[in-house]
Amino acid sequence: MAGIIKKTGDSAKSADGTQTSIVDGRQHLLLLPAWLIIGVLLVIPVLLMLTYSFLVQDFRGGVIWEFSLEAYDQFFFDRGLFGDEPPSIEWTYIGIFWRSFVQALFAMIFCFLIGFPTAYFIATRPQKSRAFWLFLVTIPYWVNLLIRTVSMKFLIRDNGPINTWLLSGGIIDEPIGMINTSFAIQLGLFYSYLPFMVLPIYASIERYNFALSEAAADLYSSRWMTLFKIVIPSVRPGIIAGCILVFIPSLGAFLAPDLLGGAKNFMIGSLVEEQFKGQAGDWPFGAAVSMILLSIIMVILLFYARAQNRQNDGGH
Amino acid sequence: MLNPSERIRWYPGFREIALLCLVILYSPLIIVMIYSFNDSPSITVWKGFSFVWYEEVFTGPEAERFKQATVNSLLIAVCAAITSTAIATASALAMIRGRRFRGQAITFGLINLPLMVPEIVTAVATLIFFASIGFDRGILSILLAHIVFCIPFAYLPIAARLQGIANVYEQVARDLYATPGQTFRLVLFPMMLPGILSGFLLAFIISLDDFIITNFVKGAGVETLPTAIFGAVKQGIKPNIMAISTLMLVASFLLVTIAYFISRMGDQRK
Repeated sequence: MAGIIKKTGDSAKSADGTQTSIVDGRQHLLLLPAWLIIGVLLVIPVLLMLTYSFLVQDFRGGVIWEFSLEAYDQFFFDRGLFGDEPPSIEWTYIGIFWRSFVQALFAMIFCFLIGFPTAYFIATRPQKSRAFWLFLVTIPYWVNLLIRTVSMKFLIRDNGPINTWLLSGGIIDEPIGMINTSFAIQLGLFYSYLPFMVLPIYASIERYNFALSEAAADLYSSRWMTLFKIVIPSVRPGIIAGCILVFIPSLGAFLAPDLLGGAKNFMIGSLVEEQFKGQAGDWPFGAAVSMILLSIIMVILLFYARAQNRQNDGGH
Repeated sequence: MLNPSERIRWYPGFREIALLCLVILYSPLIIVMIYSFNDSPSITVWKGFSFVWYEEVFTGPEAERFKQATVNSLLIAVCAAITSTAIATASALAMIRGRRFRGQAITFGLINLPLMVPEIVTAVATLIFFASIGFDRGILSILLAHIVFCIPFAYLPIAARLQGIANVYEQVARDLYATPGQTFRLVLFPMMLPGILSGFLLAFIISLDDFIITNFVKGAGVETLPTAIFGAVKQGIKPNIMAISTLMLVASFLLVTIAYFISRMGDQRK
């Protein structure tokens, strides 16, 4: 089939021997709308946000165009109530980042623990039922995230169905306080991004050559040894991709922390929202927090890209 | 029962975990669905089946607010999906059918940039942008913001589809003296249609789904369905919220199912 395509393709060369295409000469015109829209409405705004993070807060909600490092200073250093004490490290915001980081990490680990066996199971189904399983796993992703988070809130409330059933079943004597805990946030994040873990791992396992597992079994490798020494290393790119797809949106998540975590469990998303929509109204500080978050994520993606390149080089 | 090669692939407990995974994914949704039919103002005590909360959604005191929000959401989603699908189709043609060019990798990165920047950061940046140029925040600002993040979602299925179409068809049409415009309209476009349709539907759902970015760039008093629901939920989950959620659930489910079958239909025709 490939040979036929190549042959007919050859016959369609123009006089000077290069292949013609219907987009010849129009390529830049066709790409112009995408460049314009994403350039003007995303790249420039991010640069503007970077600029804003170096400006001075206007108390009416906005900025004064004056260069200042105040926003970053406020993030990292504590100079006392009147700003005249010697600076010491300010732990509040670093603490919020650290907590968000830990919570995203746990969500990622839970997603992996449930997502890997699920992906493996789906990939080893017969061709026909595979598509159906995949369909079942992807559907929830397309359901409104807000609605999924609200559903989870409904389910785990103090007088929600879970507690009501457990109480009426006599299993517990008083409701388990699940809402407004960091457990609730992790559950919410896990629930929000689980399909992101399953799909890339599934794609990797589907390409995995099971003859390797059979060879390992022939050489007296136990089932679990084969899993940890052969299968997991072979599908590592899919696992890393899944982990990144869960970790990054979890880090900047707003809905799960806000609706399930309550006021005690502030995360990065809520901190940023406070500066723009809430009481704080400090735009330069909000811009600085967003820049710090974006930088962390870019570093993670850079490491990921480098690791992938190394893997590709090693493959040759 | 299992043949040897199946036995080697099998791991104890994996089937159970996969089933657990489905239970976790679906149980909150199904429970909310069930309770939306509860004939009781208290949302946890089951009092029997009724449509009372669905009536409340359409005729209750908040009905007007939700109706306006739904109209806004649908209007924005339709416009954002059409625009981003058109942009994504043009980009996919240039990226896949064009020659290699300088900056191709950067262009690819640019198209996918909205997927890499966290939503909350996009929201902040877009708000700052509109505020600093004095752009009036309302339906139009929401629409513009939505077009940006819908582009990669529309691009992915369209590009995948185009990659699966051998370029012999265009070559033959060109050999038979079709103009590039005719070739696209009469040959390539009909073959790309399944990809374009599923790109459109995904963009539509993603736009309908968005809360964070909309919440930042919307002006005071302008609501989409998610922001209206969020505002209501902040005052406590009432049964009418569960009825609205169920309606949206069913709508998303239908759209995704349609998108799924369209893309499968396309694959079979290949």
